[in-house]
Amino acid sequence: MLIHALKQIGRLSLEILSSMGRALRLLSSALIRRPDHRNIPLVIRQIYQLGVLSILIIVCSGFAIGAVLALQGYTQLVRVGSESALGLGVALVLVMEIGPVVSALLFAGRAGSAVTAEIGLMKATEQLASMEMIGVDPITRIIAPRFWGGFIVLPLLALMFSVVGIWAGSLVAVDWLGVYSGSFWSVMEQGVNFFDHVIKGIIKSIVFGFVVIWISLYQGYDSLPTSEGLSTATTNTVVFSSVWILVLDFFLTLMMFEL
Amino acid sequence: MTRNSIVFDNVSYNFGKKEIFKKLSFEVPAGQTVGIMGPSGTGKTTLLRLIGGQIQPDNGTILVEGKDLKKIKRTELFELRKCLGMLFQSGALFSDLTVFENVAFPLKEHTKLNGEMIRYLVLIKLNSVGLRGAAHLFPRELSGGMQRRVALARAMALDPKLIMYDEPFTGLDPIALGVISNLIKDVGSVYECTNVIVSHDIEETARISNLLYVLSEGEIIGQGSPQDLKKDDSPRLKQFLNGLPDGPVPFHYPAPEYMDSLIGMKNTERAIIKRGD
Repeated sequence: MLIHALKQIGRLSLEILSSMGRALRLLSSALIRRPDHRNIPLVIRQIYQLGVLSILIIVCSGFAIGAVLALQGYTQLVRVGSESALGLGVALVLVMEIGPVVSALLFAGRAGSAVTAEIGLMKATEQLASMEMIGVDPITRIIAPRFWGGFIVLPLLALMFSVVGIWAGSLVAVDWLGVYSGSFWSVMEQGVNFFDHVIKGIIKSIVFGFVVIWISLYQGYDSLPTSEGLSTATTNTVVFSSVWILVLDFFLTLMMFEL
Repeated sequence: MTRNSIVFDNVSYNFGKKEIFKKLSFEVPAGQTVGIMGPSGTGKTTLLRLIGGQIQPDNGTILVEGKDLKKIKRTELFELRKCLGMLFQSGALFSDLTVFENVAFPLKEHTKLNGEMIRYLVLIKLNSVGLRGAAHLFPRELSGGMQRRVALARAMALDPKLIMYDEPFTGLDPIALGVISNLIKDVGSVYECTNVIVSHDIEETARISNLLYVLSEGEIIGQGSPQDLKKDDSPRLKQFLNGLPDGPVPFHYPAPEYMDSLIGMKNTERAIIKRGD
């Protein structure tokens, strides 16, 4: 019984290590390959596919979360007569925390899963193999443009999320709940520091973008060429990305905000 | 001395615990049409993947156009593949590109031809497989047989030195079958291209091949011209060529005795039946 359990643990450990090795190999291959100027249109196409097509969900979610933050914040701050600090609270929470995290989670669900499914299906239908046989490296042609596309767009989406959220917060606080507009914006302007807060939020979203697109590409490229394999890979993308975003968020916060 | 396009020297390949090839040795002379036949599951597609360098043998040497696939770098392998063409069993067309774009893909990637020249070449290739009129369609709008014809046009796009065909005759109607098999033969003779055809279709493969190899259980059980093979008295070869179920070539995948399987049901099998899978 004990030997059986040890065997299982050993097998699982080997599988995890081998999977990590394959993921690192894929990443290094995508990064090391000599950049080809002909791939620039492919990267632009991926920026459209992964970024522009995600704008609607990012804007809607940013708006809803910004409005809810303003409502929740107001109900607490008004009790102590500090509703003028509402703008600052909404902006800091969005820029440093919720913007990067929620936009990365949404990105994993919409764009990451799509990348995994697309590459997994290309593998299952031998499109990657046929590309190899034509003498075109799928790492350069398929993997690298998606990697750079995803890496570039997530910080931009996170910024967009925060901006829309702050705007929604101002609509709720100023236009609906009657918080004085001057104090809402001026307290925010005084309290939010570009280098201390905005840049750190952007760094978070750069790290999340790197991790999410890496997981998405690896899960698709390494998926079993079956319907079940594809379904597992897509689920893994969303689950692993979400867990890694939250874990990394904790450590990044710990490191960057000197707690 | 005849130049060989492909040389297999004592090649062994295992898939998991299953031995696919046991010290396989054979040559494919340049400019010839060579048919490789054998029962299902004997590793014919694996053989093509080995030739294309998509998988590596466990032992032995494979030379393709004089290059040792084990020794060349990845960049050299991709360079070598520019002079190879392969028709996949499934067609493997790029699903987000039209028929025209699929055939133009290798030309755009590997040549510096202008758009007009690429258009001419694509239309010539598509015309040869009878699908010039389908140039604007996407692969999903074509039947399986038509997809394979487009894939054939794509495989021939760069006029490669060596073309590998994985079951090129499957799913074709009699007219398309005749046209495609003649096209393969013509490509070989006109362009002095080496053709390697993997197929179950004994009649059609024998008709257009100069040399045939018959594979079974990881080894070559017969080789020679189609006429030589017909005269061969080997029981394994006769069984395959005549399509007989009983003989030295097993029809069944390795399994326990039939009655034992029926009577002695294993727990795992019982669980599967209970689940209704």
